[in-house]
Amino acid sequence: MPLAQTSTAVPVVVDDALCIADKGCTVCVDVCPLDVLRIAVQDDGTKTAYMKYDECWYCMPCETDCPTGAVTVNLPFLLR
Amino acid sequence: MDDILDGIDQIDCDILVIGGGTAGPMAALKAKRKNPEANVVLLEKAHVKRSGAISMGMDGLNNSVIPGYATPEQYTKEITIANDGIVDQAPIYRYAEECYGIIQELDQFGIRFQKDQNGEYDVKKVHHIGTYVLPMPNGDTVKKALYRQLRKARINISNRFMATRLLTGEGRVAGAICVNTRSAEFLVIRAKAVIMCLGAAGRLGLPTSGYLYGTYENPTNSGEGYSMAYHAGAGLANLECYQINPLIKDYNGPACAYVAGPLGGYTANAQGDRFIECDYWSGQMMQEFYDELQGGKGPVYLKLNHLAEETVSEIERVLHIVERPTRGHFHEGRGTDYRKQMIEMHISEIGFCSGHSASGVFVDRNAETTLKGLYAAGDMANVPHNYMLGAFTNGAIAGTESVDFIKDVDFASFDMGEVDRERERVLAPTKRDDGIPPNQIEYKTRRLVNDYLQPPKVTAKMLTAQARFEEVRHAMETEMVVKDSHELMRALEASSVMDCADMAASASLYRTESRWGLYHNRVEYAQNDEDWFCHTVMTKGSDGKPSSTKRDVEDYIVPLDEADKVAYANQRVTADTVAAE
Repeated sequence: MPLAQTSTAVPVVVDDALCIADKGCTVCVDVCPLDVLRIAVQDDGTKTAYMKYDECWYCMPCETDCPTGAVTVNLPFLLR
Repeated sequence: MDDILDGIDQIDCDILVIGGGTAGPMAALKAKRKNPEANVVLLEKAHVKRSGAISMGMDGLNNSVIPGYATPEQYTKEITIANDGIVDQAPIYRYAEECYGIIQELDQFGIRFQKDQNGEYDVKKVHHIGTYVLPMPNGDTVKKALYRQLRKARINISNRFMATRLLTGEGRVAGAICVNTRSAEFLVIRAKAVIMCLGAAGRLGLPTSGYLYGTYENPTNSGEGYSMAYHAGAGLANLECYQINPLIKDYNGPACAYVAGPLGGYTANAQGDRFIECDYWSGQMMQEFYDELQGGKGPVYLKLNHLAEETVSEIERVLHIVERPTRGHFHEGRGTDYRKQMIEMHISEIGFCSGHSASGVFVDRNAETTLKGLYAAGDMANVPHNYMLGAFTNGAIAGTESVDFIKDVDFASFDMGEVDRERERVLAPTKRDDGIPPNQIEYKTRRLVNDYLQPPKVTAKMLTAQARFEEVRHAMETEMVVKDSHELMRALEASSVMDCADMAASASLYRTESRWGLYHNRVEYAQNDEDWFCHTVMTKGSDGKPSSTKRDVEDYIVPLDEADKVAYANQRVTADTVAAE
């Protein structure tokens, strides 16, 4: 039974220009209760945080604890 | 990260606390303080810094029993009445006696409580009878304050480990089998005592938004505590007394009568009229809410638009900063404003949670379950309506009692075969190349919960639920597939959700009467004190299926007056109550 790759709009958005994952920061990844954020390596080798799994409680530790204000929690579209 | 690695490790500790949310940290702290020599391990599926129901904080204490405002007798009486009499009062009374000490301790941790101009606690009346609600002006700092204390006490914290089953032997608890959520490596922990603080079963029903994680409870609280206690042979009490809450529609966060009520806000129907006397959450109140929706007077709303600007701002400040701070974003997106219109509310999906109702693992006044050496506290332990302060206080009780327990015992021996069998069960979805992903298994289970288990409860529907659950369980056990260790965590959660769904159906079918308002409204049966003035206790039967028995309600410590008994039965606003306003 093959698995589909269905698109889903994720609620947590990271501003790459502000994100300091490249300097080793993993605060948002650490504090997310659902553990849905990860660090991605861009084509040019820089690192930024992103939402890997669409499993969000829109609870906000990622946004509140981010040291540079790079993270925004939008509400998941289904309940917006 | 997220690869599936093959590994197993074993550690020993004196006391294992599972769950680093609210009750867990307090249990660990109290155990360590009482016996600094004890090796206390605090296990957490996420990270203790921001885990559990209060990950962003809490706006206040809903059930503080503070000298001068309320007495343990009064509180015990109120909670007994709010639960239609089906409570053992001893744990409630002990909570009521000890919670003031915990408030003072939290105060020392740096968590402030609202005081009036005279420096006295500014306690508000929200309940039907007594006065117990105490606001927390810096409630957003709770988790930080707890974390500081844990570090100071040198508690061994293990983040990213999810317990999957308890180990038992010699008729008592022997430890737990755990799996790393980012590597799928196993950890077997031998412990002399285990304290379960795994929160509510908050992912049982499906929210009306259809979003799996748009739950009232923190979705990490997916019922593992209930499932593990069940498989270990501990008893679970009154699971048919579901948690159902009045919430902001779609957002699924609390409408917070606790915050808005003392300032003049209330629950209203579409005409803007008050229809319930008391906004305190109870099954009877939820029944009135349901009736209003069904009776053509809905939707139901949170009404604040009659209040003065400074009052609304004050409410907004509290509601939009702590507990669920994205509420502001939600209203902004919808273009709704408390000042301009009433805010639509709805009935939440069902769940198990003693924090708000009474469905939990059975515990006595020492927070001990029916399995020796196994303790439970917080939303998953059946001390009714215990809320956050109950989690702290009962967590503290579990911590200190477990220290006494381990004095005279060594590790219980257990069958290593249990570990092998559990590894096989857990890893099965990693061994398949294709199949059904956990999110689909979970969605279907929870959709069926909504279709067939939501009150009003109907026998034929619940029997249908059981048959359909069996089909989904079969698919889960033979076809579920995961691609990484993160998804494996979701697969394990789907399995807990399934166990809880089975338990919900079975418990609801067993109690052939109606009780607790909407929570257990079995339309074919009226309330029947003669046959059902008792607890129901569920254990895993010899056939591997849920099996229930009746358990007597212990003699009351605080007797009820006849007049008190119906205080929560009469929730609907009548012509008399309107005239009296």
